[in-house]
Amino acid sequence: MQAAQEPTASVKITRENGVAKVLVGGVWSLRAKRRPNLNQLIRELESSGEVHQVRCVPEHLGHWDSSLLVFLSDLDIWCQSRHLPLELEELPEGVSSLIELAKAVPEQETGRGRLHKHSFFYVLGQWAIDGSTGLEAAARFVGECVLSFGRIFSRNGKVDWRLFWLTLQECGIQALPIVGLISFLTGLILAFVASIQLRQFGAGIYVANLVAVAMAREMGAIMTGIIMAGRTGAAFAAQIGSMKVSEEIDALDTLAISPMDFLVSPRVAALFLMMPLLCLYSILIGIAGGAVVGLGVLNISLEQYWNQTLGSMGLSDILTGVGKSAVFGVVVALTGCQRGMKCENNAAAVGNAATSAVVLAITWIVASDAMIDVLLEVLKL
Amino acid sequence: MQAMTTQPFAIEVHDLRMNYGSYVVMSDINFRVQRGQILVIMGGSGCGKSTLLKYMIGLKEVEQGEILYNGKSFVKAGQEEREKVQRSFGVLYQGGALWSTRTLAENVALPLEEYTELSPREVREVASLKLSLVGLKGFEDFYPSEISGGMRKRAGLARAMSLDPAILFFDEPSAGLDPISSRRLDDLILRLRESLGSTVVVVTHELPSIFAIADTSIFLDAQTKKMLVQGDPKELVKDTETDPKVRNFLLRGELSDNQNGPVKRRTGARTK
Repeated sequence: MQAAQEPTASVKITRENGVAKVLVGGVWSLRAKRRPNLNQLIRELESSGEVHQVRCVPEHLGHWDSSLLVFLSDLDIWCQSRHLPLELEELPEGVSSLIELAKAVPEQETGRGRLHKHSFFYVLGQWAIDGSTGLEAAARFVGECVLSFGRIFSRNGKVDWRLFWLTLQECGIQALPIVGLISFLTGLILAFVASIQLRQFGAGIYVANLVAVAMAREMGAIMTGIIMAGRTGAAFAAQIGSMKVSEEIDALDTLAISPMDFLVSPRVAALFLMMPLLCLYSILIGIAGGAVVGLGVLNISLEQYWNQTLGSMGLSDILTGVGKSAVFGVVVALTGCQRGMKCENNAAAVGNAATSAVVLAITWIVASDAMIDVLLEVLKL
Repeated sequence: MQAMTTQPFAIEVHDLRMNYGSYVVMSDINFRVQRGQILVIMGGSGCGKSTLLKYMIGLKEVEQGEILYNGKSFVKAGQEEREKVQRSFGVLYQGGALWSTRTLAENVALPLEEYTELSPREVREVASLKLSLVGLKGFEDFYPSEISGGMRKRAGLARAMSLDPAILFFDEPSAGLDPISSRRLDDLILRLRESLGSTVVVVTHELPSIFAIADTSIFLDAQTKKMLVQGDPKELVKDTETDPKVRNFLLRGELSDNQNGPVKRRTGARTK
């Protein structure tokens, strides 16, 4: 082929007895910097009088590719809108047969492009509707979970006990190192911040009080909650989501085994049981972190620090923290499982499910913590 | 038809409509299957074959129409009744859908543990037997991730058969299998029907499979969103009265070739 020497693509129009002849020539390439402009051609066609047929004729047509096809099919659309017949027979056979192939199946009414046409208020309304249906779905899920526990306690539900023990291990012993590390650092940071302030008043010893109470009532529970949201909640969403994708949930459904009983309840129960233990551990390690600062920076003796800590907090402080952590455990497990069960049937949806499980869980942990604090304040506990 | 047999049909579907929300996938679906028959649901890609299967096994709620098993309504049945019917189903999903945290034996065993009074040892024996029926003896303690796609399908079949189901459903059994494995699976389906006397429903668009196993078939047409025919595909393909769309499908598009003239198979030289 002598394609390389041939000029760039071109179109020209000649006219005989109402038949517009479109002379197509040159080398048509998608990689070419400039290609003939269809709008210009259409303007020329429109500007010069009556036309009742358009005929495409090759004139020194060299190598061609999809760029020619796109040009011609756009021309075809224009011709159809004007009810003008477009003749392509004289072009190379490949061109006309490919254009024919593209037209073989008529365009379907798919509502293409409808996503971009909404006004601000439509989007706002849709957002509100999505929000409320989301809340409704969450409430329904909590209700289903309660029913599921009812079935399990009355020995009517089929539970995956191995999953329960595995989850217990996974969110118990295996979570100890990370919970320990984060709690130690949290205690350390609290003590540092407190020591800078309290030393000004010569009240360095009260660092022990602050660390103990803060860890027991708030930080122990919140820190374990957030760690478990990222570690376990995301895992729950991904595990259940991928089971959904591979139709494993459907397989349970058709056996009339409730996925709630089989997959969700054991996870919720496991986290509900392990979170308080993790929280207690976190409080202890946090206090140890504070003690390191107390001993190292403030020169308080270990005995002093220990006595001060014991004196500063009561059983109610610890019970508050531990109770909160049980709530957070349920929150993390439920959001993780709900996101997983709602996952769509594709791989990208599994990732989204895991992400939204973590975000939702952390939001709900902080929100429910605030609610519990207000409640305790009102009830004077 | 009713006069031919005093037994009710194993499966009857009347005026079923399938939809996703307000989008209607297909309407006016009517067919009947006798006990022990193999029904093939065929049609082009994306016409709603698998969706029909989901309606039949109760994964999607029927909004309009009626599905009867042995003459009893599946749509109007209460929760308990429905679950009882579902327990007489065995379903083989497209990818096998084995529970990935359980070994093959445990997968097959789960329905047995749930719905029989067998001792753990007996359950294990039955599970081994079912696995050996599909040619997977010795793979009891393998996890689904450790075996090939074809083996996973067969293991899925073993699980579907664990409770000796009255009706077996197959969602695209040959998808992703080489021709020989696919042929073997067809033989297996035929042999199981023979020995267990189950009614079988298969969703597929593999022509060799359709001709090899189907006693009767229905064709779903995506364009008109209607079911076109019910009949034995071997008869349908011969009968010139058959809707041309169905014959064209069964002839792998030969009819439309003859109308438009065969595609010229030439090589290169397009600029000449």
